[in-house]
Amino acid sequence: MNETSSVSKGCFVFKSASRKRKRQGVDGYMGDGSDDNGKDRFRICQDLRETVQQHTEVLQDQLNKKVLDDLVQFIKKHELCNSSDVRRQGAREIPTAALMLGVNVPDHTMTFRSLCNLLQESVTPFVVSLHAKGCATVKFLIQRVLEQLMGRGMALDEEQDDETALHLNTQCSIGDLCQWYNSVKIRPHRILERSIKPEVKNNGLYWSLPIVVIFKDFEAFNLQALQDFILICSQYTQELPLIFIFGIATSPITIQHRLPHSVSSLLCIEVFHSLSCTQHLACVFDKLILTSKFPFKLSSRVIQVLIGIFLYHDFSVQSFVKGLQLSMLEHFNSQPLSVLCCKKQEALLRAKTLSQKNVERIRHLPSFMRYVETQEPQDQVLLLTSDEHVKEVCQKLLKNLHKYHKNYYPILQCLYSLTSLLPKCPMGKHIRELHVTCNEKNVWEMEEYHSAMQLLRILAKDELVAALRECAGILKSANTKKMQNVLKQVDEFVVRLEELDNLHTEDLPGDDVACSRKDIQRRTDLHYLQKSLLEKESRKTRKMSSFEILRNEVLQYIDELVREYLTPAELQPLSEVCYYSSSGVLRQRLNAAPRTSIQAALSHPFHYLQNEALKTNDGTVSSNAPDLCIIYKLHLECGRLINLYDWLEAFVTVSSATEDKEADSEEYNKPKNLKNACFIQAVSEMEFLGFVKSTKQKTDHVARLTWGGC
Amino acid sequence: MTQKQSLEVRFVADEDVLDHIVEKQQDVKADHGGVQTLVTLKTPQKSKTSAEEDDEEQDEDVLNEQTYVEVLGTDTQDESESGALAGGSSVFTFQTIKRAKKMSRIASEWARTPGKSVTFCSSDTNEDSASPTRATKKSVNQNKTPQKGKKVQFISTTPHRLRKRMSAPALRSESESDFSPSNSEEDEAEELESKQDVQPKTPSKTTASALYKTPSKKNKKLPESDLVDEYFEAHSSSKVLTSDRTLQKLQTPQLDRETLLSLLAEKPQCYAEEIKQLNEKHEKNFNKWMLQLHMGFNILIFGLGSKKLLLEKFRRSMLSDFDHLVVNGFFPSMTLKLILNSITGDILEHDGTFRNPSDQIDFIVNTLKEDPDNHIFLIINNIDGAMLRGDRNQQALGQLASIPNMHLVASIDHINAPLIWDQAKMSLFNWLWYETTTYMPYTEETSYENSLLVQQTGALALSSLTHVLRSLTPNARGIFRLLAEFQLENKDNPAYTGLSFQDFYQRCRESFLVNSDITLRTQLTEFRDHKLIRTKKGADGVEYLLIPQEKNRLQLPRENAA
Repeated sequence: MNETSSVSKGCFVFKSASRKRKRQGVDGYMGDGSDDNGKDRFRICQDLRETVQQHTEVLQDQLNKKVLDDLVQFIKKHELCNSSDVRRQGAREIPTAALMLGVNVPDHTMTFRSLCNLLQESVTPFVVSLHAKGCATVKFLIQRVLEQLMGRGMALDEEQDDETALHLNTQCSIGDLCQWYNSVKIRPHRILERSIKPEVKNNGLYWSLPIVVIFKDFEAFNLQALQDFILICSQYTQELPLIFIFGIATSPITIQHRLPHSVSSLLCIEVFHSLSCTQHLACVFDKLILTSKFPFKLSSRVIQVLIGIFLYHDFSVQSFVKGLQLSMLEHFNSQPLSVLCCKKQEALLRAKTLSQKNVERIRHLPSFMRYVETQEPQDQVLLLTSDEHVKEVCQKLLKNLHKYHKNYYPILQCLYSLTSLLPKCPMGKHIRELHVTCNEKNVWEMEEYHSAMQLLRILAKDELVAALRECAGILKSANTKKMQNVLKQVDEFVVRLEELDNLHTEDLPGDDVACSRKDIQRRTDLHYLQKSLLEKESRKTRKMSSFEILRNEVLQYIDELVREYLTPAELQPLSEVCYYSSSGVLRQRLNAAPRTSIQAALSHPFHYLQNEALKTNDGTVSSNAPDLCIIYKLHLECGRLINLYDWLEAFVTVSSATEDKEADSEEYNKPKNLKNACFIQAVSEMEFLGFVKSTKQKTDHVARLTWGGC
Repeated sequence: MTQKQSLEVRFVADEDVLDHIVEKQQDVKADHGGVQTLVTLKTPQKSKTSAEEDDEEQDEDVLNEQTYVEVLGTDTQDESESGALAGGSSVFTFQTIKRAKKMSRIASEWARTPGKSVTFCSSDTNEDSASPTRATKKSVNQNKTPQKGKKVQFISTTPHRLRKRMSAPALRSESESDFSPSNSEEDEAEELESKQDVQPKTPSKTTASALYKTPSKKNKKLPESDLVDEYFEAHSSSKVLTSDRTLQKLQTPQLDRETLLSLLAEKPQCYAEEIKQLNEKHEKNFNKWMLQLHMGFNILIFGLGSKKLLLEKFRRSMLSDFDHLVVNGFFPSMTLKLILNSITGDILEHDGTFRNPSDQIDFIVNTLKEDPDNHIFLIINNIDGAMLRGDRNQQALGQLASIPNMHLVASIDHINAPLIWDQAKMSLFNWLWYETTTYMPYTEETSYENSLLVQQTGALALSSLTHVLRSLTPNARGIFRLLAEFQLENKDNPAYTGLSFQDFYQRCRESFLVNSDITLRTQLTEFRDHKLIRTKKGADGVEYLLIPQEKNRLQLPRENAA
């Protein structure tokens, strides 16, 4: 019996032996301890992790800026209304903003946090944010509101300490809130003076500062509590300038669904839409993943897995970022050469000081081996024998890799901007799809690419010029020499296309009119029609206009660019250093299927226990399998109810078949008891796993709960 | 000159038509509408799925499902751990028609070929016809991992006669009619079987085609209707055909916990070597776990077999330098309060009390925030345990798990365990899933009284009963005996609700066991406190007394009591 088993206790506390003992640093867990640079890798990983975190947060702030600003405007507008006569005339409606946030509830936290901060900075200190969890009844709801408002005052205003605390512990009502609000109004606190921006103060309008109540998860609130709260509040619109914000995950209709007309008519609702999570994700891709600044890369398969989880499971950018961080951690943990996965200068420095083990590892990289094969024989020998030479080559290759990325992304964006305007988007609607295809195989060999090119070849001039201008814009930000050359070329194309405008009048198609109605009297004959159509088609190598010639030239150039720069990353030597590719691991960590695994273990024990006795031809169970597997397999043959007696009999039949046939008569009872015990144990395990449960419908029967796997 | 305005009908020659068409083709550069007819657009969807799906507006951002499945399916290649795992379609299926006696037949068949495999009549037709589209998707996987692809249809090859003969050796008493529903119904069942026997013929063709081709419309119709039929057949009768035999027929004595354990201990563990290897493989991950825990993830392990030992090893090898707490989620009287008290009281050494759990959690959050170097590890065996399953408990645990310096390692065993977390909780827990199939017996997890085993043997209840009875006065024992006897007399009466208090009092007086109803009531209170009896108010307001034990188990204590 070990320390954590007991029939009377369920919790076991273990204090660390000595608090002062020097603990192993977290970086000590990196790798398997066999190499020396675990610490470095850990540091790089941490740095990258933090950059990702910061970038995504900044991104989200930027993306939310518009809707948040709108909200602030909305509140300011109503603040003005409140101070004006409208309020005195007894308008009962409470201004309400319905904020559509999308179904990825966990992601909302950030949005609300920045909303709160923004409101408190620029509009009013009285912001309450409510979570459905703590507001089961209207009493709790009001209590929460008062706690947050008065608690705020309390923390800042020491004199009132006892009084408010008393309030909170006893009954609290909106009436109390009114009193408190009036007291604040009459006696402008020093806190208010401190926390409110001067321009607000100058207006002399403290007393009309609105109270903003945010319902973070509107759908989760108890209906009755919410309705009561709104009804109560509507009685106080004269005294309290309340404004509500509903955070809604589904659609604006839920307000109508959840609140009866009598209640919803008390609200003056305006709907605000936040950016959809897919746009958010696209933004993360643009700004974070598909840039050359971020040294860590994901292989196309990993991207597909992460996007699959995003689209099919949660729509949560947060969990996408979590997946990204995990893949980073896995990469730096499992790939010792990831020390080289950092900024260019640092990487070159590290390449100079590679340990011997790592040099050996480099030699074993598939991409490096491919590279070696392309070299001259004497070079090959050198690469395989001299460590120093490998280090030098490694630096060169790293430089090339960085260059490759610097060229890859601008060209990718150019190609995307060209293809995204085509009808039906043959290359995918998002740049990430294009990236995945480019990364997987040679894009120019794909049918989609050909059809896209074909479509581009019939682009109108103004469209082409616009697209090229966009490309030029993208290329401007890229600062490698090659890209500058490309930019020059593109600019030249634009100029030439525009020049066409001036002289385009000359080539009017004149000869088409010539073939006029000469055989007008001929009767229509389908066969003839077809023939002449074909004829006409073949004859139609008509001379191309200068625009068409130029257009073909442009497209030819683009095609060349694609072939040169958009090669799959795998082919780049040393790409393993930066690219994380084990999508399987990632999926197992983030998107596991526990039930499938249990059922597989039960029905294919050989898969886990590599014993010959368990091996069977086509995925069936041998009778040597563990008891639980046999019991499971037998139960698959039963209906809704299982007779324990029959089950036991069947189990004994199967399991005794594996043993010697000659049952010793004197010890007959003992194996029987043992079988019995095994059976009981296995059945309780089945119940524990949730396959069966005991039932009172019939004596000695259990009910079957699942229907899969049979 | 009205003719000018009116429509003009004119004969058009071929040439004109021709010119017209050709001109249109040349004009396309300005007109995108025409483009689509000219250029063959090959979107990835089109090339892979059948033509029917094309007219459906594909959702903007949804990746093609096929590619998704492909991605998920192929990654088993680069990961040796997960070879031939069954796809979801074989795990989640409808109820199928099952025949009586089938289990014993299979068992005997199985037993006759020891050491070899027996192909189960697994889901004739149902699995593949479950949804034709799914079948095609599965075909992607099946090309790589042919696991259940070809099934030897056991039913279809066994004629009726043979089946009868085969069932004979396995069943001890064939002559006894031991099926609860009448014979006629059994015949019906036979009919059903024969129907099933015929069925595999046709669908097997469709499954074969479904495996390699995309289903054409024709065979899409056929299995669907089959599926519907089978579904309703399986659900039509609420009667379940099972035999009436009970465990009493076994002449073996009932096992109690100790004998069970000792018996199991005697039994050599099969495949010990392989299981050891398997577990060693899992132990290699410990370093990685520590790393990931420190990076803000929490570890969740799942898979068949008890994982308690693995977690214990993890605890011993990695956590000796940290404060940590082990929680047995399967412990029947586990509460959230116990966990929280252990954290605040024993680890954080706080003496005060808390108004409610959320205050306590807030306290923990704040304390740990102030001391970011103090890492606390929380190991929960079976976070899906019966007492921790509740929404509130999981929410609280999630809040604990989301504290940066609180690290959680937990295990789950129930097949539906992931259902206890919704999206919000998942993000709180921030799980990393590890498959750790151990094949260790769940000895400890199933050892508490709420498991099937003890209900079945009744050993615990019985022993408590005898213990209490032994400590009673002779009079009290007599009282209990009276009640037990009365209940045994009425054991065949299904409408028996219990002995009314007045009756009972009368009987006790007659046997000189009590002299007033106060004494009887005191005695009954004592019984009730020990859960020996239960009282129920009848429809007429009279109190009825009942011993909540099964009748055959009542025999024994009565003898003791005498």
